Amino acid sequence: MTAPTLRDAPATDAATQRRGKRAAAVAEAASAGWKVWLAKIVLLGIIDALAIYAVLVLIGQGQWLVPAIVVVVAVAINIVYLVPGLLPAKYLTPGLVFLFVFQIFVVLYTIYIAFTNYGSGHISTKDDAVNALMQQSQSRVENSPTFPVKVLERDGGFYFLTTDPDTGAFVIGGEDQPLAPVAGADAAGAPGFTTLDFGQILAHQDAIGELSVQLDADPNDGFLRTTDGSNAYLFTSSLTWDAAAGTMTDTTTGTVYRDTGQGAFTADDGTQLLPGWQVWVGGDNFVRAFSDQSIRGPFFTVLIWTFVFAVLSVATTFILGLFLAIVFNDPRMKSKKFYRVIMILPYAFPGFLSALVWAGMFNQDFGFINQVLLGGASVPWLQDPWLAKIAILVVNLWLGFPYMFLVCTGAIQSIPDDIQEAGRVDGASVWQIFRHIKFPLLLVSVAPLLISSFAFNFNNFNLVYMLTGGGPRFADASINVGQTDILISMVYKVAFVGANRDYGLASAFSIIIFVLVALISYFSFRQTKVLEELN
Amino acid sequence: MTTQSTIVPITPAQAVAAEPAPLPRRPFGRWFRETGWRHLIGIVMLVFAAFPLVYVLSASLNPGGTLLTANGLFQNFDLGSYIDLFADPTRPYGDWFVNTIVIGVCSSVGTVILCALAAYAFSRMRFTGRRFGLLTLLLVQMFPQLLAFVAIFLLMSAIGDIFPVLGLNSQIGLIMIYLGGALGVNTFLMYGFFNTVPASIDEAAKIDGAGHARIFFTIILRLVAPILAVIGLLAFISTTSDFVIASVVLVDPDKQTLAVGLYQFVSQETARNWSVFAAGAVLAAILPMALFLSLQRYIVGGLTAGAVK
Repeated sequence: MTAPTLRDAPATDAATQRRGKRAAAVAEAASAGWKVWLAKIVLLGIIDALAIYAVLVLIGQGQWLVPAIVVVVAVAINIVYLVPGLLPAKYLTPGLVFLFVFQIFVVLYTIYIAFTNYGSGHISTKDDAVNALMQQSQSRVENSPTFPVKVLERDGGFYFLTTDPDTGAFVIGGEDQPLAPVAGADAAGAPGFTTLDFGQILAHQDAIGELSVQLDADPNDGFLRTTDGSNAYLFTSSLTWDAAAGTMTDTTTGTVYRDTGQGAFTADDGTQLLPGWQVWVGGDNFVRAFSDQSIRGPFFTVLIWTFVFAVLSVATTFILGLFLAIVFNDPRMKSKKFYRVIMILPYAFPGFLSALVWAGMFNQDFGFINQVLLGGASVPWLQDPWLAKIAILVVNLWLGFPYMFLVCTGAIQSIPDDIQEAGRVDGASVWQIFRHIKFPLLLVSVAPLLISSFAFNFNNFNLVYMLTGGGPRFADASINVGQTDILISMVYKVAFVGANRDYGLASAFSIIIFVLVALISYFSFRQTKVLEELN
Repeated sequence: MTTQSTIVPITPAQAVAAEPAPLPRRPFGRWFRETGWRHLIGIVMLVFAAFPLVYVLSASLNPGGTLLTANGLFQNFDLGSYIDLFADPTRPYGDWFVNTIVIGVCSSVGTVILCALAAYAFSRMRFTGRRFGLLTLLLVQMFPQLLAFVAIFLLMSAIGDIFPVLGLNSQIGLIMIYLGGALGVNTFLMYGFFNTVPASIDEAAKIDGAGHARIFFTIILRLVAPILAVIGLLAFISTTSDFVIASVVLVDPDKQTLAVGLYQFVSQETARNWSVFAAGAVLAAILPMALFLSLQRYIVGGLTAGAVK
């Protein structure tokens, strides 16, 4: 650990050898410059090569903004590591690159999404939506000719090979690619494509059954679909797309659907054709969160429960932890170490597993608590709103009290004993000493931890999601939320659980949580004055 | 989180405050009043703390067991569930286990490296924007990455369209996401610890002709090894138990981690295969618990400085 020196003492053989090695190491270190440079050049070379590759691919995809950013970042990295000086930047750059992309950028992106209607039904662009709608409403054209097809595969995508009835040329088309002649194609296949045999068609029959290939560039002319992998039939859509007017017309009912700026084709009576596409909707998601009755009700219940849950989890774990710390902080008591090790086991056990195990123990019909402890009672621990909340708090107490116990033990032991002596000399009772002297002292050192524990429990996703799944579910809510959901699990469920995914609304909720957490942190920072300690 | 107080490893001496000299035998009543009731509380707490773990262990040794049969504690003893655990291809437990360890180790090593570099710069160098940088880190960690998972999902699916290696369903991508969230609180913990290493050591080395990189890699990093271990372990534990981001990014069963895989396994077939789940839980818990218990003296200090489970 100490810097090697050249004047170490006893001149035994071993020592001489060691000294020689050290001297060599020092000499090498002095000339290690070229190795560092080599490593640096190699690493920069790799980064530059990856950047160039990324830029080429991105430009090939017709993008300009992202490759420009990649170029700027790559140039900046080169400057930082090649130009002498800029020392702090050399140390900060690696962390900052990741921080900017995966934390700062995603937060900004979240804000952007919150102002769009992004979600299931509004995933992609208007062109994709037109295509999807045309495909959805297809029906087979009666008495249309049969197209003999071969199914081809390339890069995981499936294609039809058939002959154009008008010209007799071999044409190939896929999901996003209307039938078109391909050079070198013959009846058996085409260069670059693999022709599927019967077994392979069977293996992929779902994907092949879904495949519909546009006959030509105009979607109104129809699509080819197959049911058996060898014959395809012409399907046409009951919708007609009028590109000039930007309208969809249902040929069976005659209803005209227009783009009204809502991100979906809408009829005059308000019915929408889905899928739609992604548009900027301004503050609509926030307005919905606070005004739509079927969202606002559950949202406020969840908001209140989140605060209640966070406060109660901190309070219960702290009270139990402190109590145990006091109980076990007695010099006369033996085998404290043993108790201590067992009691921190829940803390060492991975949190997501604990919640799953407790969910099993709380099971209404088969769980240990009902079957064994309560002698076969059928208490709906996770199905009743109040019992589910109690169950969550009990499990959280189990998870959290060891931490508070450790923290409080440390804090109590750091309070000098003479305070107790002084108090006793002045005639104070044990309780008075604790209440007026020890507890305030303890609180000073523990308060920041209580605040961070609160912040942690505010977003304690794993516990809630794995124990109750947020349930029991609100019957009257239009979104998938339940009685024990906290904000973060509600966001998750709105965005990723169930058929109806609403990324826009979920992001809006995320931002509301951001704001709440920021406010709480601001006030707690003001309390702990941590900002003043930065120098 | 809110302090950058230094890590104070609780020494064994402190932890087990000096045992008193053996006292003369006391009558039972007096013994109970003074320390006996403490043991009573201790025993109650032991049962509360250890029971779920005992229950899981017992369930895992009960082959083919359901929730109901798991209630008879230790009535059977058989390792069948541990074998079943690796037998079902729709539930690739072995893959989950390896994935979890690989992702956990890579992200914790990466976290330690990134944070040590940043903390060294903040602690030892004075540059314009230093205070602003520290403040930014404080602000950024107020917005937990956890909350941005919708944007992370959409970002990853966009990346995946162009570079499948890094996008959705990519473990490298997931590690990069974790590294993005690494800098905040960890840098602060390290920064505080770096500040406790006297700057005179650097200066002495500088006079001896050492460059900044040499000082950092050969002197500072060794002196701050305890905090590196704590940060590494905390990062390992938090990434291996992360469900939200891992479940959003990793799609295919054989790419998933234990948290994602075991949750889906349980939510699909709780009552039927409880003993297999229990076996999976026991195996999944062994490594973190062993690490935790062997390093607990240091971790307690680290936790006291702001991280919570």
